[in-house]
Amino acid sequence: MKKIWLLFVFISLQIISLAQTKIRGKVKDGKGHPLAGASISLKNSYDGATSDSLGNFSFTTTEHGDFILSVTSLGYKDFEQAVTLKQEPIIINAILKEKLDEMRAVTITAGSFSAGDTKRAAVLSSLDVATTAGSNADITAALKTLPGTSQVGEQEGLFVRGGAGYETKQFIDGQLVNNPYYSSVPDLAQRGRFSPFLFKGTVFSTGGYSALYGQALSSALLLESIDLPERSEIDASVSPLFWGAGTQQLAQNKKSSWGINYGYTNVGLYFDAVKQDVDYFKVPQFHTLDANFRIKTKSGGIIKYYTTFSHNQLGIRRPDVDSADLKDAFGLKNYNWYNNLTWKEYLNNGWKMNLGISYSTNKDNILQQVQDAQDQPKPFPDSSFWMLYKNFTLVHRQDLSQGKIVLEKKLGGISALRFGSEYWYSYDNSNYNDTALIKLKDNYTALFAESDIYLTNEIAAKIGGRFEYSSIINRSDFAPRVSLAYKTGKDAQVSMAYGIFYQKPENAQLDYATNLGYTKATHYILNYQKMSNDRIFRLEVYYKKYDALVKTIPLFYNYYTTFNNGGSGYAQGIDFFWRDKKSIKNFDYWISYSYLDTKRNYLNYPAQLMPNFAATHTASLVMKRFITKIKTGFNVTYSFASGRPYYNFMLDNNNKFYIADQGKTKDYNSMNFSAEYVPSVGNTKAKTFVVFFVSMSNVLGYNAIYGYNYSFNGDTKQAITPPAKRFYFFGIFLSWGVDRSQDAINNNL
Amino acid sequence: MKKLVLISFVLAAFFANAQSDKYVAAMKKNLTLMDSAKTTADFQNVSNAFERIGDAEKTQWLPYYYAGLALTIPAWTDQKLDKDANSEKIKAFCDKAEAIEKNAEISAIRNMAATQQMLIDPQTRWQTYGMEASKELQKGMQLDPNNPRLYYLQAMSLFNTPEQFGGGKDKAKPIFQKSVDLFKKQDHKPLYPDWGQKQAEDMLAKCQ
Repeated sequence: MKKIWLLFVFISLQIISLAQTKIRGKVKDGKGHPLAGASISLKNSYDGATSDSLGNFSFTTTEHGDFILSVTSLGYKDFEQAVTLKQEPIIINAILKEKLDEMRAVTITAGSFSAGDTKRAAVLSSLDVATTAGSNADITAALKTLPGTSQVGEQEGLFVRGGAGYETKQFIDGQLVNNPYYSSVPDLAQRGRFSPFLFKGTVFSTGGYSALYGQALSSALLLESIDLPERSEIDASVSPLFWGAGTQQLAQNKKSSWGINYGYTNVGLYFDAVKQDVDYFKVPQFHTLDANFRIKTKSGGIIKYYTTFSHNQLGIRRPDVDSADLKDAFGLKNYNWYNNLTWKEYLNNGWKMNLGISYSTNKDNILQQVQDAQDQPKPFPDSSFWMLYKNFTLVHRQDLSQGKIVLEKKLGGISALRFGSEYWYSYDNSNYNDTALIKLKDNYTALFAESDIYLTNEIAAKIGGRFEYSSIINRSDFAPRVSLAYKTGKDAQVSMAYGIFYQKPENAQLDYATNLGYTKATHYILNYQKMSNDRIFRLEVYYKKYDALVKTIPLFYNYYTTFNNGGSGYAQGIDFFWRDKKSIKNFDYWISYSYLDTKRNYLNYPAQLMPNFAATHTASLVMKRFITKIKTGFNVTYSFASGRPYYNFMLDNNNKFYIADQGKTKDYNSMNFSAEYVPSVGNTKAKTFVVFFVSMSNVLGYNAIYGYNYSFNGDTKQAITPPAKRFYFFGIFLSWGVDRSQDAINNNL
Repeated sequence: MKKLVLISFVLAAFFANAQSDKYVAAMKKNLTLMDSAKTTADFQNVSNAFERIGDAEKTQWLPYYYAGLALTIPAWTDQKLDKDANSEKIKAFCDKAEAIEKNAEISAIRNMAATQQMLIDPQTRWQTYGMEASKELQKGMQLDPNNPRLYYLQAMSLFNTPEQFGGGKDKAKPIFQKSVDLFKKQDHKPLYPDWGQKQAEDMLAKCQ
């Protein structure tokens, strides 16, 4: 009996295993293209196949009964179909729907350059910012090698696509930075306050930026601060110009960290060695102290706090333009304290929250004085008011407190809705010759919303809007922003952006007239980008229209003025960018070229004219090569800009401005060089990391002229030039703890 | 009644045995296919087959291991392959395998997947994927300090790193030697990974 049973079982098993079903079919994507390499399987069995290059597959199975046949392929949603196996051939036509996937989806690149190590569409890495010759680890200087920016050397700021420097605003972790640069010194561009090593990502928008940001007519620079450091470490830097020391401490559980850094810069020794064309009666000195903490929260969010305090002073003396015997002395003392606290948190149901508060205060004590040959103050009678107004003291305080909340909700897949609000309270108080001017107080509120809409991986849209209200001008506005992107090939895409951007007038204008409205710019941008790992090609054309720019209305000569919104202008042009790390081994270079056609009627311009900060042609060539044999990197940057216009506007008898003189500066050329020697590179066991850094600006010694200053009567003009032909730098950067040797280049600079 | 119970036991044992025979046979068949695979498509094909075995078995980590291993092979040579996507797929197999059993062999696969991503752009990716690769190696060595394949991979990475960056033949040689020594001592379990010995010996010869 037992034997019969077993025999029966055995035979039936044999029958089952002999009973085969053939399954064949074709796998296609949503567009009907065959999909190769898709995995076809009968769930819970071993049987299945892989589709061939034509999408075809076929296999036989000895299973029988009801099964689920599944077809899977990377980047596509799984396809499942119930099948009954009963020895009859089965034909399957599987159409796989594309999965929306951030890694594959198109990104909107119109108007925006991404830098950073995590960003997918990154054009530069943070190391690039530090190792671009001529940048000396100044973010702004590195960004000036990208198209769309002007080579303005006499003022700080990013002059983007025919926009003035103040039309670009900087944001750290979403919050506006009120004084991103060290305080202005006449005809001398100042460095940015923030080191590139504070940030893991940078988005430099040359137009058409997101509705989450406002109050910048031309451009937004979005800086994203780093999260927890990799390991604890101690840093130090030494150079004839400065020294610094600091530490980063990461908690044992790697959930929190804190850090503190101090740096002192004194260029006295350097000025003794390298002669300066201007007379520094007070050698520039900077003290900077910064501290931070970062805490990871349970649900993967992070709380970050960063604060920096700095104090700097300098005094320079230059020949007076109105009189050959006299000198203009300018003295500056600056105090700046910046605080930024942000909290990013993941909430339930796909919600994400970004909260931030920030406070900054900035105080400038400025002394401007006409001095005689013995460096003594020179008094003037009221009748020579144009000289009299060159003698003044100014105590200027600017505070900004702000809060911002952004909520984000993922909408099925990778589409997202973002909305929120921000509030800025700004306070501006000036004491001019010990007389208090109006205290400017502004309550600025904004509500914004935007949505990322992905129809497929090939088509994306970002639609947003921003409502803003400023109490000081008592005006509100609504700024729509739209951008679209369409993937035209594997690495290629076309994107476009449109947006309206408002900016309230500068405080120096609001001091005299608060009945002003917003200045306005409308951007239209069309972008083509082709990007692979080693090569980036970008071409962008744009048109920007300016309305309601602030005009200067003279009341009594040029001494008393008021302002209105009667200005206008436009900018149009082409930006080209090419970066290639592939063609020549171990050699990385990029080329930027910008063609700019812009005119504006603003301030004291009598008509629409090309502004004095704009150049028709601007180009940069950046080259980098790291030679591993000698552990040394060499960087060369060459920049060119065609001549910029300069004007002398004077008042006619009808109290109207006219062009008394105009011209064009000669072309601007500059070649910068830097090298870093990193003896510990690649040595993962080394405890001490050293970087030796040298740089030299304007290697070929071109005499740059940025423009001209005119005497009051217009008879003489004085060229605006850099204070020295070349700038040299040498520094040693040390860190103990972790191999940040490459990052350490120019840290604290 | 007793008989019925006995029969069902016998049947269960029979089926279980048949099941495991079927598993062993399928694994062996696909291991042979992997040995003879040449093109990227061949390797993807065999990887898919291992994945099916893993999905059906649910308690075996080896099928997922081989599904991952099969994908690492063409990534060393196929210039056209999207290595980021390939490596992500490999890591997904490693996740599935590790959900069943954590061991040094899986760390070896993870090391290769990260290394392949690093090689796309070593200069900028060294700090992310290079670190990930070395972390996986360390993790694996903690799990099994005597795994010859981990030493082989470590030595390979040293061999391919320029001398100025702390790599080179001389640094790699003692580690290839250690790998080869460990390979000689190793006793082989059926179906378990046994690749690497010949490669390690060849590389050691190159270092002489």
